Amino acid sequence: MSASIILIVRALGRLCIDAISALGRLVLFALATLSQVFRPPFYLREFSIALLNVGYLSLPVVGLTALFTGAALALQIYSGGSRFNAPEVVPQIVAIGMVRELGPVLVGLMIAARVTSSIAAEMATMKVTEQIDALVTLSTAPMKYLVMPRVLAGLMAGPVLVAVADSIGIFGGFIVATQTLGFNPATYVLNTVNFLTSADILSSMAKGIAFGFIATLMGCYYGLNSGRGAQGVGTATKASVQAAAVLILAANFALTAVFFSA
Amino acid sequence: MITYENIHKSFGSNHVLRGVNLTVEPGESMVIIGGSGTGKSVLIKTVLGLIQPDKGRILVDGQDVTKVKRDAFLSRFGMLFQGGALFDSMPVWQNVAFRLQRGALKRPAAEAREIAIEKLRRVGLAPEVADRFPAELSGGMQKRVSLARAIAAEPEIIFFDEPTTGLDPIMSGVINELIREIVVEMGVTAMTITHDMTSVDTIADKVAMLHRGTIQWCGPRAQMAQSGDPHVDQFVNGRAEGPIETLR
Repeated sequence: MSASIILIVRALGRLCIDAISALGRLVLFALATLSQVFRPPFYLREFSIALLNVGYLSLPVVGLTALFTGAALALQIYSGGSRFNAPEVVPQIVAIGMVRELGPVLVGLMIAARVTSSIAAEMATMKVTEQIDALVTLSTAPMKYLVMPRVLAGLMAGPVLVAVADSIGIFGGFIVATQTLGFNPATYVLNTVNFLTSADILSSMAKGIAFGFIATLMGCYYGLNSGRGAQGVGTATKASVQAAAVLILAANFALTAVFFSA
Repeated sequence: MITYENIHKSFGSNHVLRGVNLTVEPGESMVIIGGSGTGKSVLIKTVLGLIQPDKGRILVDGQDVTKVKRDAFLSRFGMLFQGGALFDSMPVWQNVAFRLQRGALKRPAAEAREIAIEKLRRVGLAPEVADRFPAELSGGMQKRVSLARAIAAEPEIIFFDEPTTGLDPIMSGVINELIREIVVEMGVTAMTITHDMTSVDTIADKVAMLHRGTIQWCGPRAQMAQSGDPHVDQFVNGRAEGPIETLR
């Protein structure tokens, strides 16, 4: 009996140590990445390509997701609000829901699915095929050449994508509310604008920055630390998306608590 | 001159290098032979800092490789990787001229392209290949491009990691000849990892055999056949029976 308890405690202890050391490695990687921001050389071409991939090419999926979510949200709020005779709160709740929560979270999860996976797969393949080693032998630091441009692109594209998602999501709600639920367009817009505060928008942008950082950092971290062969690439890709999604949701909670707990 | 002093390296419980001592003289073409998984590639990668040895030190021209300025140090080396390791996101000429487009050796793009095309020509590739992507090339062509990249910045020391792996015998012969020509022409110090005895015959001035983590035998290529070492004898003649254990 006591032997089995020792085994369980030992397994739990090992699990905790593994989790803490993994977190430590991740934090060190993040710090190493951030420490490179202002140090030359700067690879502008790589940064531009990363910005295109992370930001511009994510616009369709982010826009469509936000549009349908905003539209569905309007229907749900109208239906739910009618139960206690308050269907008129649709513009306010759609606005606050999209800007404070759904816009940033949807962007975070969408770029985790699209960008994190692609970065992890690309870097893991580069590692498996010795391209990372080749970079080093060609006097080019992978941290500067591969990681920095992508993470910087995530930091910059994140808030822009969130702003786009917020706007399109609100627009989705507007379309449904004015076309099918009988809301007056001018009143809807006025209620939306009047209800939102600068703190709502600020929190949305802050979440965009944080989620862009997490999504790109996870792709780079798992890609550069992948195992060997096709299985290594697959495992790194899967782990990067899982970690990015969980960390984005955890960061969302933490940031929401910081901005709105008072 | 490259000097390995008592180099040890383990990966978990696998003790790959167990005290390697080896010297490669300037301008010499040293070929390291040994079975698969004996740590031949690890030996090269420890010089470049891609793998850190657990114990021992490596000197290049008397300088400890852990105490040099990395950029300047690495600019002295060229390396041909086993699988080519070409960057598939950029065309061939940018691969070849990679080092000439950034860092201390940066040149204007037109000049870098010019040099890349010249190096491609040197390894027997037409200028039209310059704008193609690595994925569009055959294995032999990729090896040539990788060779062109290794020599593009006129290094003093070149490492060749399994240069003929995956190539047909004729293409292997061509690559071996090219390596020999380039090594002689440029007067570089070369270290080649291989288990292809044709490569040894063409490329080597000296041969070192790595077995069970140490240098089993080292000497001029011409003396290899009369080494008197049963390990070398078994390896050179490709015999299944002998002191080197084989899995069946």
